[in-house]
Amino acid sequence: MANSATTITDTAMRERVTPGEGIWGFSRAQLAGVLVLIAFLAVAPFVLYPVFVMKLLCFALFACAFNLLIGYVGLLSFGHAAYFGMGAYITGYAAKAWGVTPVAAIIMGGLVAALLGVIGGWIAIRRQGIYFAMITLALAQMVYFFCVQAPFTGGEDGIQAIPRGSFLGIADLSSDMAMYWFTAAIFLAGFLLIHRIIHSPFGQVLKAIRENEPRATSLGYRTDDYKLMAFVLSAALAGVAGATKSLVFGIATLTDVHWSMSGEVVLMTLVGGLGTVFGPVIGAAVIVTMQNYLAEMGAWVTVIQGVIFVACVLAFRRGIVGEIANWLKVKL
Amino acid sequence: MDEIFGIPAPLLFGQLLLGLINGAFYAMLSLGLAVIFGLLNIINFTHGAQFMMGAFAAWMLLEYLGIGYWWALLLAPIIVGITGVILERLMISRLYKLDHLYGLLLTFGLALIIEGIFRNQFGSSGMPYRIPPELAGAWDLGFMFLPVYRGWGVIAALVLCLATWLLIEKTRLGAYLRAATENAALVQAFGVNVPRMVTLTYGAGVALAAIGGVLAAPIYSVNPQMGTNLIIVVFAVVVIGGMGSILGSIITGFGLGIIEGLTKVFWPEASATVIFVIMAIVLLARPAGLFGRA
Repeated sequence: MANSATTITDTAMRERVTPGEGIWGFSRAQLAGVLVLIAFLAVAPFVLYPVFVMKLLCFALFACAFNLLIGYVGLLSFGHAAYFGMGAYITGYAAKAWGVTPVAAIIMGGLVAALLGVIGGWIAIRRQGIYFAMITLALAQMVYFFCVQAPFTGGEDGIQAIPRGSFLGIADLSSDMAMYWFTAAIFLAGFLLIHRIIHSPFGQVLKAIRENEPRATSLGYRTDDYKLMAFVLSAALAGVAGATKSLVFGIATLTDVHWSMSGEVVLMTLVGGLGTVFGPVIGAAVIVTMQNYLAEMGAWVTVIQGVIFVACVLAFRRGIVGEIANWLKVKL
Repeated sequence: MDEIFGIPAPLLFGQLLLGLINGAFYAMLSLGLAVIFGLLNIINFTHGAQFMMGAFAAWMLLEYLGIGYWWALLLAPIIVGITGVILERLMISRLYKLDHLYGLLLTFGLALIIEGIFRNQFGSSGMPYRIPPELAGAWDLGFMFLPVYRGWGVIAALVLCLATWLLIEKTRLGAYLRAATENAALVQAFGVNVPRMVTLTYGAGVALAAIGGVLAAPIYSVNPQMGTNLIIVVFAVVVIGGMGSILGSIITGFGLGIIEGLTKVFWPEASATVIFVIMAIVLLARPAGLFGRA
C-alpha cells in the first residue's frame, strides 16, 4: 500500500508536473532524445542489419508498453508475454490462414490482446504489489498452457511462414527495407501514443494512484477503473509489438508466450530505467544486442541475464537512462 | 467397485494418489514461501530453483560420493539451506528497506542464474534417481496397487508440514517468529537477535524446499527445469490460500493437488490450467484468498 519509504520507481527521475514547459509535453532534454531516436530510425537500416533493428524495435515497443504499467501506475506485471504472444499468434494466424492484410492483422492482434487484458486486468487488479505480480504470472501461465493445446497455434511447431503481405496495396513488405519502414512507423506511433497517454489528464491520475492510491480514491477517482484501463492499453500495445514481430520473422511460437519472455521484458525495462521515457528503448537495445552476440552460448545467456538482474537490483536500480538523467539533472 | 462414475477405479485412485503427491509438494513449497514472506516480506522466486537444487544434491551425493537416499534426506537440505543463508546475508538482506518488488526481481534473477548453471552442467533431459530399496515395490490395497515410495512421499510431506506448523504455533521459537512477523522492531527491543532470526528463517524455508526436492527426486526425473514450472503453480496456490495461515497453506496445497488429479481423470485437457482457473474464481469471490487477511 502507501509505502512512503521507497516504491519501485522512487528515484530521481520522478517527473514533476510543470505545465507550459517544453513542447507537446516533452521537456527540452526529452525532445532532444526524441530527435536522436528519429535520426537513429532514419539511419539505422543503412548502417545495421534491418531485421536486427526491426527485432529491436518490436521489443522496444513491448518494453514501453510494460513500462506504462510499472513506471506510471506502479504495477509490476510478470505475465506480459501472454499479451505479446497472443498478439503474435492472432496476427500470424489471420495473415496466414485468412490472408488478412498486415495492417488489419496487426489491429486484430492488438484487439485480441486488449480483450485478454480486460479479463486478466479485471482479475489481477484486485490485489496489489507482490500478489499482483504473482497473479499476472499465473494467468500468463494459463494462457501458455492454452496455447500449447489450442489447435490454431500449431502446438510445439508454432505458426510458421507467416506472409508479410503488402501495405495497403502500395508497398510489398516482403522486402526487408519496406518492412523496416512499416515497423519503424508502428514503433514510433506506439512510443508517441504512450507519451500522449502519460501526459493526458488520465495519465496524471495514474501517477497519483502510483504515489498514493488511498488518497486518489478519497479524491473521488475510481482507481480500479483507471488501473484496468492502463492495464488494457498496456496489453494492447504489447499485443501490437508481438503482432509486428510475428510479421517481421514470419513465425509465432510458444517462446513468445513463455514466462521467460515475461521475465525478459522486465529485465529490459529494469536495465534501461523503470519509469523513464527512453529507458525501455535503451534496455531493449542492450538486451537484444546481447542475445544476438551471445546466441551461440546457449544456456549461459540465461545465466548472464540473471546476473544482470541481480546487478541491477543490488547496485543499479535507476537503470542506464535513469543514471544518465540523474547525472545530467534532467528527466529523460 | 470396478467403476466409479463410469471411470475405472484403478485410474481414478491412481490419479488421486498422483494428485496427493503433487499436493504434498504444493503444500511444502507454499508453506516455505509463506514462512519466508511472513518475516522477510519478499516472495522467494528462487524457491523452485532451491527445490531443484535439493533433488540435484541428492543425485550428486549418490552419484559422486555414493551417499544414499536416507543420508541425502538429511544432508541435501543442510547444504542447500547453507547456500540460502549465504544468499540472504550477501544479497537479499540489502533489500529489506526497499519496495518488496525488488526482492521478487532479485530472487527471479537468482533463479535464472541457478537454473542456467545446472542446465549447462547437466543438460535439460533429466537424470533418473533410484527409489531406495526399502521403499521399492507396491502394496496391494485390494482396489489398487499403491507404490510404497509414493505412499511414503505423501506421509513424509504431511509429517514435515505438520511439524513446521507445530514449531511455529506451539513452541517458544515459533512465538518469537510470529511476534517478529507482527512487529520486528519491538521484538528486537526485547533482546531477540532479529537479523539472525531472519537469516535462519530464510535458511529453514529453503531447506524445506530442498527436502521437497529430495522427496521428489525418485518420482520425477531430476532436471534443471523441475522447479520453475512448479513454482508458478505454487504462486497460484499461495494466492488462493492467502499467506496469512500456515495450516491454510497446507490444506490449500493438498486440496488443489487432489482437484488437479481428479481433473486429469474427468477432463484431461483442463488439468494444466485448473489451478489457475480456481485462482481467478477465488480472486473474484474473495480477493484476500481463502485463509488470508485483507
